Amino acid sequence: MFNYDKYIRKDKFPHIWCSGCGNGIILKSSIRAIDKIGWDKNDVMTISGIGCSSRATGYLDFDSLHTLHGRALAFATGIKMAKPKMNVVVFTGDGDAGAIGGNHLIHAARRNIDITAVIFNNNIYGMTGGQYSPTTPQEFVATTAPYGHIENSFNFMELAIGAGASFAARTTVTNPKQVENFIHKGLENKGFSVIEVVSNCHVQFGRRNEMKSPIQMFDWIKERIIPMSKAEDMSEDELENKVITGVFKNIEKPEYVEEYDKNIMAKAEGE
Amino acid sequence: MEKVKFLEGNTACALGAVRAGLKFFGGYPITPSSEVAEVCSEELPKAGGRFIQMEDEIASIASIIGASLAGSKAMTATSGPGFSLMQEALGMAVMGEVPIVIVSVMRGGPSTGHPTGPSQGDLMQARWGTHGDHPIIAIYPESVNEVYYEIIRAFNLAEKYRQPVVFLMDEVLGHMKESVFINEDKIETVERRKIEMDQKKYNPFLTENDIPLTANYGEGYRFHVTGLYHDETGFPDVSSENIQKTMDRMYRKIYNNMDDISKNEEMNTEDMDILLFSVGTQARSAKMAIRMLKEEGINAGLFRPITLWPFPEERIVELGKKVSKIVAIEMNKGQMADELRKYVCEEDEKKIIPLNKLESELIPPQEIVDKVKEVL
Amino acid sequence: MAKGKKYIIKIKEDYCKSCRLCYSRCPTNAITANPKNMKVQINDEDKCIGCLVCENICPDFAIEIFEAEDN
Repeated sequence: MFNYDKYIRKDKFPHIWCSGCGNGIILKSSIRAIDKIGWDKNDVMTISGIGCSSRATGYLDFDSLHTLHGRALAFATGIKMAKPKMNVVVFTGDGDAGAIGGNHLIHAARRNIDITAVIFNNNIYGMTGGQYSPTTPQEFVATTAPYGHIENSFNFMELAIGAGASFAARTTVTNPKQVENFIHKGLENKGFSVIEVVSNCHVQFGRRNEMKSPIQMFDWIKERIIPMSKAEDMSEDELENKVITGVFKNIEKPEYVEEYDKNIMAKAEGE
Repeated sequence: MEKVKFLEGNTACALGAVRAGLKFFGGYPITPSSEVAEVCSEELPKAGGRFIQMEDEIASIASIIGASLAGSKAMTATSGPGFSLMQEALGMAVMGEVPIVIVSVMRGGPSTGHPTGPSQGDLMQARWGTHGDHPIIAIYPESVNEVYYEIIRAFNLAEKYRQPVVFLMDEVLGHMKESVFINEDKIETVERRKIEMDQKKYNPFLTENDIPLTANYGEGYRFHVTGLYHDETGFPDVSSENIQKTMDRMYRKIYNNMDDISKNEEMNTEDMDILLFSVGTQARSAKMAIRMLKEEGINAGLFRPITLWPFPEERIVELGKKVSKIVAIEMNKGQMADELRKYVCEEDEKKIIPLNKLESELIPPQEIVDKVKEVL
Repeated sequence: MAKGKKYIIKIKEDYCKSCRLCYSRCPTNAITANPKNMKVQINDEDKCIGCLVCENICPDFAIEIFEAEDN
């Protein structure tokens, strides 16, 4: 019912991702969201870092840039400032955005630059072979956590909001319609938007944690989902290891490049 | 008509860049380069460009690569530690063939080292800092006046060859004030090549004379750029054949155009008893030493590469044949002396005489004179 | 069964990677597994209610559902 062909580079398919990987669901949802907002294909730019998520840019028929591990948002900042008419979408992962690129995520949010960052959160470093990521839950096994993981997980929503993002939402690949809607809302927001999509990696994460099929992993994600409205009445203990979904932040706030032009450019030109 | 301005090296660098058509600067403060950013933050918006202070040096170079791909002439400025942080992305700019200029005002290293003193410790970092084989262009001027003109040339080479250009300075050059003679007749700028092709047939890494015909983002070509080895479509191709072919072409792009890229200054090299080799500010002290030696009846020549990389191999081989000794004067532990030995030391291992100092100041002319007299 | 809209299920077999997400979710068994390779195949097109659950969940761009009249 939806014509994806208009937006994909057909000669690159079938894509690189494993059978049942949620990344394809996020990619498709992003396409529907971009279609819904109706941007001209020549004015859209997708940028990614390194990792499974970051292969997304290669499949879309927009200008695209596949950059360095963690740095997509920094490249995106330069592009947006050089050509503000571009609608800039960044595809990144939990390791890419939360570990090596954490600083860029914080500062892009702080500036509230008009970029939409879609974080594919599959709780693991997939491409390098299943090492623990900043969102691997405690007690789970990874190739670098053979005794069970002990670190605390990053909460991308709290991080994004704390840093100043004007839009922050979390959803999961088990609900593709919601992924589409939240990304669409993020694209609509004139400012920095973070959409965290909890995804599945049954190959590198599930397999080592008794969930080797995508269906098992989808069930595991689904049973932990708590919609925000419901979460409000629940205690911290009850919410442990749950996936709270919803729009956490959606406010209007001055956008960086517009502010730059309005204040700095205008004043400098006056001199 | 010539306009004379009395400028600090870092200021001349920023103003020259703006004159070259700089439209985007992304940087991070670091001594002794910060003034480049400061001047850009004031001058760029006046010239219709945008300035941003990024969260670190990695983000800075990433932002300028992005801006350049979107069509803006872009630059960053840093010093040793920041230059080290930029090395990964410098490789990305080589691989993606992105025209950018990276200014590195050298200070004492390694590590935090000596932030407020000059050094020539990053000559090799400029050449081999990023991992993997790659060609690079690096320019290193000696005076503030030369900084102004050479930064324009740096942008021109970047645009012409779609290649990152490293612009080396040192703390002395960055903070020294000198007269700059701005003569518009002497200034030429190379603009981004306009691509006009059928979008359906367009490939961003189709080449002409080994230089890719890459368009700018946002012009309707909808192309892909990656840090992976790629074919002319811009999409990954890591076949052994393509890897070899791609890097061979990138080397050809630079080394087949040495006549255009190379730039050296020579003094008294026609008739000399000994050759002095020095780059950047240090060469000024060598020039003084040459005058002092002349008074004592010794004819010393000077060879100063202004384009340091690619190294002027051919000329060095020729000059090497003319003399029995070459004194390589550097504020480091002999980085260029080692490079010279690659080209001029077939018969005589002692032909290259290193004169090195790490005292965070220029090696004075008298020490050069003494060294020459000692070895002649 | 009341006659509603009719749907056409288009499957790109070469895109399908046998992940089973689509037919395990199909509420009407309109699609099912090919026992040979577990790829998706049509079981009974008439049963399709056009809910798009399979189309949206398919990570591999392998299923498209069309309304019969828009062909």
